[in-house]
Amino acid sequence: MGIMQQSREISGVLTEASDSLDLEDLQHFLMSRPPARVARYEFLHFRNGTGGRTWLAGLIDKVGTAKAVGANIVDSRWVTVGFTWNGLRALGLDETSLATFPEEFRQGMAARAAILGITGANHPDQWIGALESSSLHAIAILFARDVAERERCRQEHERYVKNCDGVELLSALDLEAIPPFDYAHEHFGYRDRLSQPVIQGSGEVPTPGSGPPVKAGEFFLGYPDEDGPATGMPQPQTLSRNGSYVAYLRMEEHVGAFRNFLLEHGETPEQQEWVAAKLMGRWRSGAPLVLTPDKDDPSLGADYSRNNDFNYKMMDPHGYGCPLGAHTRRMNPRDTAANMNRRKMIRRGGTYGPPLPEGAPEDGLERGIAAFVGCASLVRQFEFAMNVWANDPNFHELGNERDPIFGTQDGTFDMTIPKRPIRKKITGLPAFTTIRGGAYFFLPGIRALRYLVSLTGGC
Amino acid sequence: MATTAIETPSTPKEKVRDWTKPAAMAIPKEGYFNLEQGRYGPIFPKTPACYGFSVVAKIKPGREQALRDYGAKIEEAVEGSPNVLAPLKLHYLRWVLFDVGSGLHFMYQGIFDTDFDKYLEDAVALFVQTGITTAFVNLEGWPEDWKTNLQAVIHFFREHQCSSFLEYGEYPYVSAEEIKKALKLKAAFSNMLDLMQ
Repeated sequence: MGIMQQSREISGVLTEASDSLDLEDLQHFLMSRPPARVARYEFLHFRNGTGGRTWLAGLIDKVGTAKAVGANIVDSRWVTVGFTWNGLRALGLDETSLATFPEEFRQGMAARAAILGITGANHPDQWIGALESSSLHAIAILFARDVAERERCRQEHERYVKNCDGVELLSALDLEAIPPFDYAHEHFGYRDRLSQPVIQGSGEVPTPGSGPPVKAGEFFLGYPDEDGPATGMPQPQTLSRNGSYVAYLRMEEHVGAFRNFLLEHGETPEQQEWVAAKLMGRWRSGAPLVLTPDKDDPSLGADYSRNNDFNYKMMDPHGYGCPLGAHTRRMNPRDTAANMNRRKMIRRGGTYGPPLPEGAPEDGLERGIAAFVGCASLVRQFEFAMNVWANDPNFHELGNERDPIFGTQDGTFDMTIPKRPIRKKITGLPAFTTIRGGAYFFLPGIRALRYLVSLTGGC
Repeated sequence: MATTAIETPSTPKEKVRDWTKPAAMAIPKEGYFNLEQGRYGPIFPKTPACYGFSVVAKIKPGREQALRDYGAKIEEAVEGSPNVLAPLKLHYLRWVLFDVGSGLHFMYQGIFDTDFDKYLEDAVALFVQTGITTAFVNLEGWPEDWKTNLQAVIHFFREHQCSSFLEYGEYPYVSAEEIKKALKLKAAFSNMLDLMQ
């Protein structure tokens, strides 16, 4: 989440990449971010297989590969494409092959809503953009340097889609960074992208505290993962090798409600920042509570050599710094959880909607983040995080608490903030976010895309 | 208490769990009241005896002693590393061999604090690591590719699970963590009182 901008990951990434990662075949999306400030997500439906394959054939040369984007080649190869299971069928993939894809991907995110804890106001019944529909076949992510270029891309793609008889735009979402532009953050004001796994073989060096590089197979199919050699790849391997799964979530952020909450629970700006920090696990500057529990430290928040260098069990077992149920502690429990090397995920995405100026009342316009969570196994990585960390009321034996920022809040859950002498317990937490849409996509490698184009038949 | 919500006028009834009164719970044949899906299949509800499973399987011919030998192996593993089974959040484990006329069978009964579905991957990883899974290769139906095929292992457990129709708890819903905390607290108070003499 956060803004699209020249990312620190670009410099030096992939220049010394090992041969084992097939950089020319991997889509760039989970390997690196292109230097794009804006983007547009287009959700597509294929009325027939021919139309879908024609559309894809014309786009393949525009799809960003890990090699091209890593080298910071300035060209328009910044398209990312992904398909739902229904989309693969629509393109003509045979039923035998379709059946080899994992159960959760076949069902799709909407059908798994209860498992993910996406209920109540977050339920697919309330989604917009037709993402819950079986008609959702593909996503095309168009990256651009600025709004003007994005508009050009939009028009170009619109013309292109019209010419591919049988392809239809179901819905779209425009994304752009919000000010201030010097660091990645979202609408609530929290600094973001401070804790990302590093892929073994990418040449990138993890920031202190981020743990060792993670085996490529945790994110890309066909590579050894943290458990051993690649197994259980969907068929045919031409299609699955170098592919990844992403869980997409469109999450509206209720900025007015969030700011009112801070005002309600903090009498001074310092106290309000404290409350904001306790919900997240970091001050809005990014400084981790474990390292600076009582007051903010913006220079720590901005310092990548220090801002991720902490753990919980050793340094903050009772949560006096970072509450046990805070967002960052749930999304990455560090040394308090087993097999963390099997629970890493790569996050991508950005903000959408106009920023709400500080002090302005809620204006009712939709704003939020559109996020992708990339991994090699949706059930083991993404769904585990949602089911066991985010939305389990008994996470860490808390009893009646869900993730305060990201969890499904319905006004009946609490938030405990350990404090000496007496802990602070907030009851009836309001919902600061609402999930407005989501889907599971498969992001094939380039050879796989060509394979899909070569199919016949389909819807 | 961390695991139970104190009843207040606004606490929804279904969130209150009272550990002070022993309780029993009758469970429908399927093993659940309302079908709720977990990531890998139906979730079995929390009862006054927390969560648990009873997995029953026939033993491969001639494998009785091999299986019995695992008793000593696991005793040794836990002695060497007392917290080795911590991810399972266990209260109790019972491994039983029985023959009631249709051949030697094995029952694995566990009572724990996490529902069957949540920590399955961690449990399997642990079993592999401690060699517990190697005990299961002596069971009929155990998948040959258990080391790499998590789905097959999960399928085995679910297929061989026999649901309780009644469970009772003397101190309902209380987790092993809570019990240990309470005991530690008691010991600490006791020490403190001694020091005040």
